[in-house]
Amino acid sequence: MIQAQSVGVVTPQTAHFATPLPLRSGGVLPSYDLVYETYGTLNAARSNAVLVCHALSGSHHVAGRYADTPDNIGWWDNLVGPGKPLDTRKFFVIGVNNLGGCYGTTGPVSINPATGKPWGAAFPFVTVEDWVDAQARLADLLGIERFAAVVGGSLGGMQALSWTLQYPERVGHAAVIASAPKLTAQNIAFNEVARQAILTDPDFHGGNYYEHGVVPARGLKLARMVGHITYLSDDSMGEKFGRSLRHGKAVYSYDVEFEIESYLRYQGDKFAGYFDANTYLLTTKALDYYDPAFAHGGNLAAALAGASADFLVVSFTTDWRFSPARSREIVYALLHNQRNVSYAEIDCAAGHDSFLLDEPHYHAVLSAWFDRIKV
Amino acid sequence: MAAYRYDYEVITQWITPGERVLDLGCGDGSLLKHLMEVRQVQGYGVENDPEKLLACVRNGVNVVQANMDEGLSDFEDGFFDHVIMSLSLQAMHNTQGILAEMLRVGHEAVVSFPNFGYWRHRQSILNGRMPVSESLPHQWFNTPNVRFFTIADFEALCEINGIAIRERLAFDEGQLVKDEANFLASVAVYRLGRN
Repeated sequence: MIQAQSVGVVTPQTAHFATPLPLRSGGVLPSYDLVYETYGTLNAARSNAVLVCHALSGSHHVAGRYADTPDNIGWWDNLVGPGKPLDTRKFFVIGVNNLGGCYGTTGPVSINPATGKPWGAAFPFVTVEDWVDAQARLADLLGIERFAAVVGGSLGGMQALSWTLQYPERVGHAAVIASAPKLTAQNIAFNEVARQAILTDPDFHGGNYYEHGVVPARGLKLARMVGHITYLSDDSMGEKFGRSLRHGKAVYSYDVEFEIESYLRYQGDKFAGYFDANTYLLTTKALDYYDPAFAHGGNLAAALAGASADFLVVSFTTDWRFSPARSREIVYALLHNQRNVSYAEIDCAAGHDSFLLDEPHYHAVLSAWFDRIKV
Repeated sequence: MAAYRYDYEVITQWITPGERVLDLGCGDGSLLKHLMEVRQVQGYGVENDPEKLLACVRNGVNVVQANMDEGLSDFEDGFFDHVIMSLSLQAMHNTQGILAEMLRVGHEAVVSFPNFGYWRHRQSILNGRMPVSESLPHQWFNTPNVRFFTIADFEALCEINGIAIRERLAFDEGQLVKDEANFLASVAVYRLGRN
């Protein structure tokens, strides 16, 4: 066992696709770019590729750092690298920014070739299934017929699950982490509050704010603040911030008094400074729409009948946004179909965000699972 | 772990190749791994101890984390050919509940447990101390066991609950016991069903 290391300096790549992509919403993307990163080396048999799918605000930058911005470390850097659970000495790991994104992949901020202006509100709705279709085309381009594993947390877990249903013959293993087979009404409700914050921002301009030279920063900030509340647990928030007062006592003001207010405002402002509001809208809708059981009369076991991958499902005890009960639905639907599946419910205080942390037991389970995968 | 092996062999004899098997309290998954190898079962373990669950993943055994004392409500009726509980029944609070659940989700249940009526255990109590033996390796203050019962107690419970004892094998530290099992056997292994 070597000391776990970083994959080091990485460089994103862009793949251009000229073949139109039909979308579940009825729209068509005439052509598009996907930005992606890879870590490790594809073996001669092309059998060691692992796709890492990102969640709401994630990107293709899964691991490593950029030469020009060394502080910009990949969002799952603690998982991916030499000697890490997803070991790049064994696996060829791919991170790809999804369609509709704002990190270089074609999205609302990109130029619509038909108009010469940013897509903005005209960018078509994209679904989890559409993302998987696009990822499959990238796999074709990279010469990967079958992934050793497809892995993701939260919305990324939905993509991993969807891969096993859309392209069962192309997925050997799937890790579905802190995810759900569909959102609950409460979960959609949080997304709707976030969307309303953006949609009602005076700077939104019906989604075409780019041509007005503004961004709906207030709406995006509020959306992120609501999101952040749901990603943490009551306990972790209490432990981190409690009722700590910046001035040590109440000063009867609407400026920051409680430390949690400071944290949420900071996170909101930071996010609004780099993320695209239209991407946020599209992505939350993709989350809401995802429901593979819908076409099977709500019967998840029937929906998963076509999957042939071996599964690992992981949830976290304090995650109330994607609760363990939702992961168990996936587990028992897979079990009904006699799929190989293991399920771990990790005791971690950090709520939904737990899946991004390197909690030792969580990473030990992932290590053990990845170690078993033959390439 | 030597205490486990002879009940593993009995259990293996009762499993038909290709069965669906659920192992409750599956530990590191070694029984399931054995059954996968020699009986090609589609096996799943249930375990709630994080370290044991990790060991199962390392062993390449399907394992589902769940608290068995909360029942098996996520499992479907009659889904499994055999539901196994090897040397764990005495550590369950809801004895009747779990037996009923095993026979709900499985066509047959296989249960093994240490016999508190074993003569060495009786002797120990007569000498004024709680028994510690190969089949009861813990001290009274650190034992995971919460139910203390004998072969006779268990069979009376099956009678009350309408559980059919289809087969029983009893052992004294690995040796098959033919007669006076409640006195001479340290461990009993049962194949149970519903009539």
